[in-house]
Amino acid sequence: MKQDLTERTSYVIRFAGDSGDGIQLQGLQFTLASAISGHDLATLPDFPAEIRAPAGTRYGVSAFQIQFGGDRITTPGDSPDVLIAFNPAALVVNLNQLKPGALIIVDESTFTAQRLKRADLATNPLEDGSLADFQVCAIDIAHLTTEAVKPFGLGTKDSVRCKNFWALGLLLWMFDQPRDPAAHWIQRKFASAEAIRNANLAALNAGHAYGETAELGQVLLQHSIPEAPLASVEYRTITGAEATALGLIAAGELANIELMFCSYPITPASSVLHHLADMDEAGVATFQAEDEIAAVCAAIGASYAGKLGVTSSSGPGVALKTEAIGFAVATELPLLIVNSQRAGPSTGMPTKTEQSDLYQAVYGRNADTPIPVVAARSPGDCFDTAIEAARIAMRHMTPVILLTDGYIANASELWPIPDFDSYAPIVTTKPDKDSSGPVFVRDAKTQARMWASPGDPRFVHRVGGIERDYDSGNISYEADNHQAMTNMRQAKVASVANYIPAQELVQGLGAGLAVVGWGSTYGAIFQAVKLALADGLSVAQIHLRHLNPLPSNLAEMLAGYECVLVPELNTGQLATILRDHGVADLAQLNKVSGQPFAVSELIERIRELATPYIHEVKNG
Amino acid sequence: MAELSFKDFATDQEVRWCPGCGDYSILKGVQRALADQGAKPENTVFVSGIGCASRLPYYINTYGFHTIHGRAPAFATGVKLANPELDVWVVTGDGDGLSIGGNHLLHALRRNIDLNILLFNNEIYGLTKGQYSPTSRIGTTSPSTPGGSVDHPVIPGLFAVGAGATFIARAVDIDQKGLPGLLNQASQHKGAAFIEILQNCIVYNKDVFDNVSNKKTAADHQIHVHHGEPLRYGKDGCKGIRLNTKTLRLEAVTVDECDPRKGVPVEDLLVHDETNAALAQMLLTMESPLPMAFGVIHRVAKATFETSFWNAKSKGRREKITHLLQQGTTLDRRK
Repeated sequence: MKQDLTERTSYVIRFAGDSGDGIQLQGLQFTLASAISGHDLATLPDFPAEIRAPAGTRYGVSAFQIQFGGDRITTPGDSPDVLIAFNPAALVVNLNQLKPGALIIVDESTFTAQRLKRADLATNPLEDGSLADFQVCAIDIAHLTTEAVKPFGLGTKDSVRCKNFWALGLLLWMFDQPRDPAAHWIQRKFASAEAIRNANLAALNAGHAYGETAELGQVLLQHSIPEAPLASVEYRTITGAEATALGLIAAGELANIELMFCSYPITPASSVLHHLADMDEAGVATFQAEDEIAAVCAAIGASYAGKLGVTSSSGPGVALKTEAIGFAVATELPLLIVNSQRAGPSTGMPTKTEQSDLYQAVYGRNADTPIPVVAARSPGDCFDTAIEAARIAMRHMTPVILLTDGYIANASELWPIPDFDSYAPIVTTKPDKDSSGPVFVRDAKTQARMWASPGDPRFVHRVGGIERDYDSGNISYEADNHQAMTNMRQAKVASVANYIPAQELVQGLGAGLAVVGWGSTYGAIFQAVKLALADGLSVAQIHLRHLNPLPSNLAEMLAGYECVLVPELNTGQLATILRDHGVADLAQLNKVSGQPFAVSELIERIRELATPYIHEVKNG
Repeated sequence: MAELSFKDFATDQEVRWCPGCGDYSILKGVQRALADQGAKPENTVFVSGIGCASRLPYYINTYGFHTIHGRAPAFATGVKLANPELDVWVVTGDGDGLSIGGNHLLHALRRNIDLNILLFNNEIYGLTKGQYSPTSRIGTTSPSTPGGSVDHPVIPGLFAVGAGATFIARAVDIDQKGLPGLLNQASQHKGAAFIEILQNCIVYNKDVFDNVSNKKTAADHQIHVHHGEPLRYGKDGCKGIRLNTKTLRLEAVTVDECDPRKGVPVEDLLVHDETNAALAQMLLTMESPLPMAFGVIHRVAKATFETSFWNAKSKGRREKITHLLQQGTTLDRRK
């Protein structure tokens, strides 16, 4: 069975090898070249938790997948058209995901008896017929790379390490993409190491030349891909972690306030800390605290002192922060908690993605302690969602949880750089020079109190986590007072709904099936619903950014559909919340494999539930 | 503006500690110290955790932040980093600071962030009704240890030495003469100042420090150390501390001024050197028949965290977000 790779407008490529093979770098460089070529794209880094897992093992395989091309791309693709495998393990663990007829490029030099054994293979797949369904291109990449870099006098080990750029050069040739971004990266990275710099550049060019001259006929062809239908704006590639960091800085600028980002290392959330630590010229100070609890407490301390405190973690870390988040609710201080969700309870699978902290975000605190929750739907969307979270936190004087996940934190997409001048400023309740009066008089619409901070002689006050008098920071155990405070806290979060936009359709036709999603499943749902619409089914996509409170028109909107499907990477958490809000009849699609949804899984379920769209002609 | 008296640092809130609690005298000492140093209420913040001691901020007319159990040093770190101009005090207890919050205390001290940390040590959990604490002596009977506690207590000052604290002092709650001055020295110290205050919990651990704090016996059980002065104590300073160079241990001696026959010359006594962490360790661990050490036991100068933190931050032009958004490789489709 041979697949015709030539007649396509977009492709899915998967790079796979040992964690030390430079796979993620290769993927990143290919991504930049695609972007410059005017292709839309989405990526999926898929790596093990081990930093340098034993070479050649199945569990040590690191992979990077990209879908790119001339269509509107919103997912990294269900199944690759091309797999580049740097060793037998990388081949065998990815085989079952490939499209029938897919092209497999392997580094032939690694298919030795010893490496086959490391990958638990009894026979050599290149010889035993197990690859009959695919097109196989076995190249001795290690040898060709070593030959190409010979003039630069590197040792054997360093020579072979250049093979990721050799393979990248070949792939760039295959898809007619420029080498400049990779060449620039090499020049910058190895600016002070001449031999390594030249060797990597030579490897890149040699791989490219190999494609041009090897005349491998039908197996290795050059494909030219049309440009994607892009708008007349400036684009860049962006990961969710980068967009979150930029969104937080942007929020600080919109509010004219400095940020204090207090965090503790945890996978996959640390990359937000790394990006922000690198941007301290932009009005953000980063503090690596001694633990998760100290991180959130220091952030709250910063908010109390007049900066915007932000903390960031993943589920287990957020669990540790829970008590302090309740304290920020009690003291009515703004605070952002970014949760890059990961898979499983306890430590679970830190490098794998899941959407299973929604209950934790919405319900996971002692007592009646509601807080607003928002979720980003794609890497670039983290920018706007971070701004929205900060806006809510400062408008209502409350902690806000921003949910992202391991997938969108690490994945990248082509992102239209927003026109920042079009963003509305964030208004805070900080006192100005004419402000007076008690600190705890609240805005009737938002329930926000004045954000008065130490240093201001007009508002010296005490405040704490002990229930306190409605009008002051002083301790109060009065029964009526606690009722009033509890009511105020509920009213505050409920009032957020008055400020968020009404829920809109992403796409859809008719009143048949509504597919309701949240978070990083957006891209896969988008493609599945698009396909279903093309099939003539009555189906609509609704994607939530605001999860607490929900948009006020949501329940009514969903009541207009015959059937509601909620696909989630958990066992049904949004489904439960929707049922709690009166959406009684809904179907679920749940998956917890640590991997994002494949479009095929979604379309299958949609086809089960959706009915054909019949155009209703109104009787005149 | 007229200078504020210690009464100006009291709030309108009724103090809710048990009658006779040692916290009353500490509160008074703190208020007096604030008045003595001319503290500005608006620039002063008291951050506390949970426990009897941690109620203190409600009674001091400055900014006050009564936080959660054990975490006051972490909150205070955020406050001080966000605004290094503030004078930030941490109020904690032996349970709050050394049990649930031991980690944060460790890191606040090691970072040397400019906080004044007051640890009220009464060797018991008060607010939760009398369970033994990490400073309780072995054999302390309590509702959770009816047969007597079996675990070894921590010596707060020794913990601070281990954490690399740059200022370590000890005081007694009822010492109204000495406490404000000591608190002022802590306040003037640039960096994390750690003051252990022995506090009498009259309900759950009454008079646990009686042999030390009792006025009748104090002279023989307390030594007040002063930098550069010989270590003398007892009535008329008749006693002193000497280092046995063979055992590397401290020993109590009588000075020859009081006992010409058996006494030792004053020159043989150890001279207090507050910069010497090894001496601090020996002084902090003294127990009967040696006296308990009070005053500034250890003080060294080191860079403070908030200063280094902000110095390490970029001082370049403040980049605008519009600039940051365009960093990296971009694809310009604008016409």
